[in-house]
Amino acid sequence: MEPLVQFFFNLLPFLSDWPEWLALTVIGVAAAIMMFGFIAIFALIAIWLERKISGHMQDRLGPMEVGGWHGWAQTIADTVKLLVKEDIIPEKADRPLFKLAPMIVFTAALSGFAVLPWSSEFIPADLDVGLLYILSISSFAVIGILMGGWSSNNKWSLYGAMRGVSQVVSYEIPAALALLAVIMSAGTMSMRGLVMAQSGNILDWNVFNFFPLTTIAFFIYFIASLAEVNRTPFDLPEGESELVGGFHTEYSAMRFAFFFLGEYANMFVVSAIAATVFLGGWLPPFEALGFIPGPLWFVGKALLLVFVQMWLRWTLPRLRVDQLMYTCWKVLTPFSMAIILLIGLWKVL
Amino acid sequence: MKKSNIPESQFELQVPDSLKTEEMTLSMGPQHPSTHGVLQVILKTDGEIITSAKPQIGYLHRCFEKHAENITWHQVIPFTDRLDYIASMNNNLGYVIGLERMMNLEVNERAEHLRVVVSELNRIASHLIALGTYGLDIGAYTPFLYVFRDREKILDLFEEICGARLLYNYIWVGGVAYDAPDGWREKVLEFCDYFDPKVKEYNDILTFNKIFIERTANVGVIPAEVGINYGVSGPSLRGSGVDFDLRRDDPYSIYDRFDFNVITGKGEMGTVGDTWDRYWVRVAEMVESVKIIRQALENLPEGDAKETVPRNIKVPAGEYYMRTETPRGELGFYIISDGSKMPNRVKVRSPAFCNLSVLPAVAPGVMIADLVAIIGSLDIVLGEVDR
Repeated sequence: MEPLVQFFFNLLPFLSDWPEWLALTVIGVAAAIMMFGFIAIFALIAIWLERKISGHMQDRLGPMEVGGWHGWAQTIADTVKLLVKEDIIPEKADRPLFKLAPMIVFTAALSGFAVLPWSSEFIPADLDVGLLYILSISSFAVIGILMGGWSSNNKWSLYGAMRGVSQVVSYEIPAALALLAVIMSAGTMSMRGLVMAQSGNILDWNVFNFFPLTTIAFFIYFIASLAEVNRTPFDLPEGESELVGGFHTEYSAMRFAFFFLGEYANMFVVSAIAATVFLGGWLPPFEALGFIPGPLWFVGKALLLVFVQMWLRWTLPRLRVDQLMYTCWKVLTPFSMAIILLIGLWKVL
Repeated sequence: MKKSNIPESQFELQVPDSLKTEEMTLSMGPQHPSTHGVLQVILKTDGEIITSAKPQIGYLHRCFEKHAENITWHQVIPFTDRLDYIASMNNNLGYVIGLERMMNLEVNERAEHLRVVVSELNRIASHLIALGTYGLDIGAYTPFLYVFRDREKILDLFEEICGARLLYNYIWVGGVAYDAPDGWREKVLEFCDYFDPKVKEYNDILTFNKIFIERTANVGVIPAEVGINYGVSGPSLRGSGVDFDLRRDDPYSIYDRFDFNVITGKGEMGTVGDTWDRYWVRVAEMVESVKIIRQALENLPEGDAKETVPRNIKVPAGEYYMRTETPRGELGFYIISDGSKMPNRVKVRSPAFCNLSVLPAVAPGVMIADLVAIIGSLDIVLGEVDR
């Protein structure tokens, strides 16, 4: 039986008395709502956190007024503002595509949550090909970016979209290769199985497993994932100083907010993948810390990586298009290839 | 434009003959985050590579020169503030010294020293903005707020000495508008001590950042002769390795008494005259400015610095071209007087305008992201380009 169903049956025993179709529907809807709620709350907190982090890095305080304590309600106020704002669609825009684009970007980000293993019991869907699924679904967002850039009928948006597509498609390759190195050593693509293979203490985590090969793979994946979610130093698709706003220049109000929400959800997804595949997912670093529940470890590890993403964003300048491609094709891809080769040799010997 | 003036294209795009491609015409600005104001650049691009860039100016034209013909000599000074609004002191200085030379007016020592101090402080403030916005152009947001934090301290000093934070109207014919308040000298010295270590901070976060160097070195190279041909001046020209600074080569006020180095680009990270060199000249010049301020304050005489001439002055008939070194380059005031109480003509040779004119020569062959870097490295202020 699916671990998720088992989890709910244990949580609410009366569900098992219901007819199966009804119980499964209720469980599915409940899980989807939980995921959506998590994204919404995570985005609220992450945006606030990003403002506070950038503020403190830049010798200022960040939001301090709204809500009292350190401006905790600032993002809520901004969300309300975005909700009541006028939704402007440019006259010459391709309306159906223009409206569809933010939904696709957000859906792609949300679908990624389906296979994230929060703990050994709570996984919305424990697919055998979980990692493959998440890799393919995350490149789905590219279609939304391209749609948004194209349908806006704005040359800057088009540039942003083109850059975005070439960048995300290119960086999928080193990211996938780096993950492949771990899949080879763990022998499974199931997210749950990947975590299970790392049980033990911190040295059994994949990042230290084939030291230093998987450590390098971890860094390659992390860099590539930055590019996949358009974060500095790879934020070319929306590079403000060059392309005004990139592919979302023409978007306003809630449609813009959905792009934004998608970006933050994606930040969490790639961090969560890194946490699952390399940093032991829900497992504590030492047996002695096992009393802390698994989901906290998982979210904590992912948030740590999200913090690193923010840290980099407020430190580094932006690369140029050709340098971006150079980094991808001439640095990251060959290195990840070499790592796969070496791990393969190691396994064979 | 001579063919030889165009630097070699930095990227080459190879397209098979069978493939038909079209150029895209792109309007960059006047509302664009990186054109430093209301500059519009009409770009023709082949993919991301620019084949031609044509600056369109005039969105901020305020008829300064025509205004100047209808107001008294003194009333022109606030208008000069608005030319290069982030280095107003330097603009005041150029115009006022021009008038004083026409009138053969001697200015007392304390006023001369204060003028140098405020001009150099303003040069630092202006270069700080150049640094910060340049980081912004390259995509680094944080240095921008660091420099604004430090510029704030300079503005506080200015507020104390003349009451204004942006448009000072401080340097008047015959002296300065207000004498420095008690303790101001010590505060400036305190700022100098505060500022010196900060330069290292900027260097750590931006100047020697690997990505920043990758983005700026070997980009937008202006060879020295191209720069001279186009009338580029100031840090942008010195970045091309031309050792020319009006403060040293054609001294005005009391600049000949101070010991400072003229910084030139040496191509440490790439080619001489690339954007990194121009950026670096500004960083190093701030340190030199601090040196000048320290020397000027050391010998700051006691006395009254307030201006000694009446408000309604009459300048003897004649013409004079006064050029001074502002943070952007050679600011020239060509002043014609017919002996009345109003100028007959005040023509401004604007450094930002001349610096911008080199853009079409260096832009072909670079990418859009590089064009942003080039515009940023020329450090234009549209208030001065359009006047």
